[in-house]
Amino acid sequence: MAQEQKQPRRNSETEEAVETAPETDVAERKEALDSEVDDILDEIDDVLESNAEDFVKSFIQKGGQ
Amino acid sequence: MSVRRVMGTEVEYGISVQGQPTANPMVASSQVVNAYASATLKARRARWDFEEESPLRDARGFDMSRQVADPSQLTDEDLGLANVILTNGARLYVDHAHPEFSTPEVTTPLDIVRWDKAGEQVMLDAQRRAAALPGGQPILMYKNNTDGKGASYGAHENYLMRRSTPFADIVKHLTPFFVSRQVVCGAGRVGIGQDGRDHGYQISQRADFFEVEVGLETTLKRPIINTRDEPHADPEKYRRLHVIIGDANLAEVSTYLKVGTTSLVLAMIEDRFISVDLTVDGPVSALRAVSHDPTLRQAITLRDGRKLTAVQLQLEYLDLARKYVEDRYGADADDQTLDVLARWESVLDRLERDPMSLAGELDWVAKLKLLEQYRQRDGLEWDDAKLQLIDLQYSDIRPEKGLYHRLVQAGRIERLLAEESVERAMHEPPTDTRAYFRGRCLEQFPDAVAAASWDSVILDLPGRESLQRVPTIDPLRGSQAHVGELFDRCTSAEELFIALTR
Repeated sequence: MAQEQKQPRRNSETEEAVETAPETDVAERKEALDSEVDDILDEIDDVLESNAEDFVKSFIQKGGQ
Repeated sequence: MSVRRVMGTEVEYGISVQGQPTANPMVASSQVVNAYASATLKARRARWDFEEESPLRDARGFDMSRQVADPSQLTDEDLGLANVILTNGARLYVDHAHPEFSTPEVTTPLDIVRWDKAGEQVMLDAQRRAAALPGGQPILMYKNNTDGKGASYGAHENYLMRRSTPFADIVKHLTPFFVSRQVVCGAGRVGIGQDGRDHGYQISQRADFFEVEVGLETTLKRPIINTRDEPHADPEKYRRLHVIIGDANLAEVSTYLKVGTTSLVLAMIEDRFISVDLTVDGPVSALRAVSHDPTLRQAITLRDGRKLTAVQLQLEYLDLARKYVEDRYGADADDQTLDVLARWESVLDRLERDPMSLAGELDWVAKLKLLEQYRQRDGLEWDDAKLQLIDLQYSDIRPEKGLYHRLVQAGRIERLLAEESVERAMHEPPTDTRAYFRGRCLEQFPDAVAAASWDSVILDLPGRESLQRVPTIDPLRGSQAHVGELFDRCTSAEELFIALTR
């Protein structure tokens, strides 16, 4: 998803925090990411099944307990 | 008791064959179970001992791998046999049209989390193995409870209780708790109504599928309190409370609190500690109304006229539980009981002030936060297929595709257990229940175990005409403390059997 489509805009302070967070330090990275919604959405965009409508339609289960 | 008691979970997973929406789910479920069994179980495969009176010899020499080779030949009768016991003491089988994992018997909420999570890993492993078979198709599995089109499948909890506790007390004190606990352990769902005909988000996967207050059914007219009475233990002393109202949780904190708080409430009921009457007016409709309001403002009307939110009703139980633990244990209360109380209080407190602050702990909030972010960014309405996809894919058990897993990997959801501990639990049984005996029999003497169930292990010993049934009727016997040293010492099943029966 292109950056300009995202809303609301992050302020520059949080964007900087994300960029300066060391990739390897999970704790620090987590803290930085918590204020940044779009990063995780970008990542999830990459793994979401491509045709949502078809996928949802074809997910049919038999009842269980 | 405290949070400690004999308990277990059983989860039916959603299943689909990639690109084949009309594929027979019973065949797919069988393929998955058989693929795992064939690849991981040593030697012959012990069958599930359904009934004592069944002709045991019929099971001998049964070869499941033939079924795997040609699934189109499977009849319903054969499908019923995709049913195995694992070295961790768990049961992996096909129930209705779903693969199901029943944890071994454990005694603490954290061990429930451990073996429930191990179940997810077993299913993932099974799915990969099924896909790797010649002609195998990618089979996908989901730890959820509905397809959003009217079908639901269960995630049950089992709690061993004293037989002497009147069932009416259980119904009276547990129903208000079950109506309200979803604010802690709901898994979240896009769509309102059994078939999701109305658009929106609700707290629970299962709420819309409950139609009566008390009953025996589990597949239709589902009751808030299920009356199935099959203790798998001495029926004079125990009953097994079969809880069918819960959602399948992925978040470890959700599972931990679901089981920990329920166990505590049951302890209070057994000890007749609850003297207040929290009876809810119209619990079935209250259950749904609570689920349908993720803002948590929905009021529940009690029989005494009070109106409480679900969080406030949970706070009533928390308050009782705090007093109960203080009264019964004081400074001697065990760590997990204290931890459950502290987390429960912290979660309820934050749910009152800012529900979204629980996105790192509770499934329904984690899912809602993600959905709201998508709605905000992409301007999506609740009827958008993408939101339904996110709901489904949250529960995909693959770490690379499942959205719960992606959130965990991004450090967004708290874990209670190290991954290595869960991996060990895929193969090793708990040490403090009879599951230890069952698991070690299967690990150490797989050739000799003809069949097993919760309350028995049946040995086929060389040179003996008949099968030898070792009853395990007491869930707390057969633990490592009882038989660990014996297993270490015995080099054959015969030796073990002689030592046990001497």
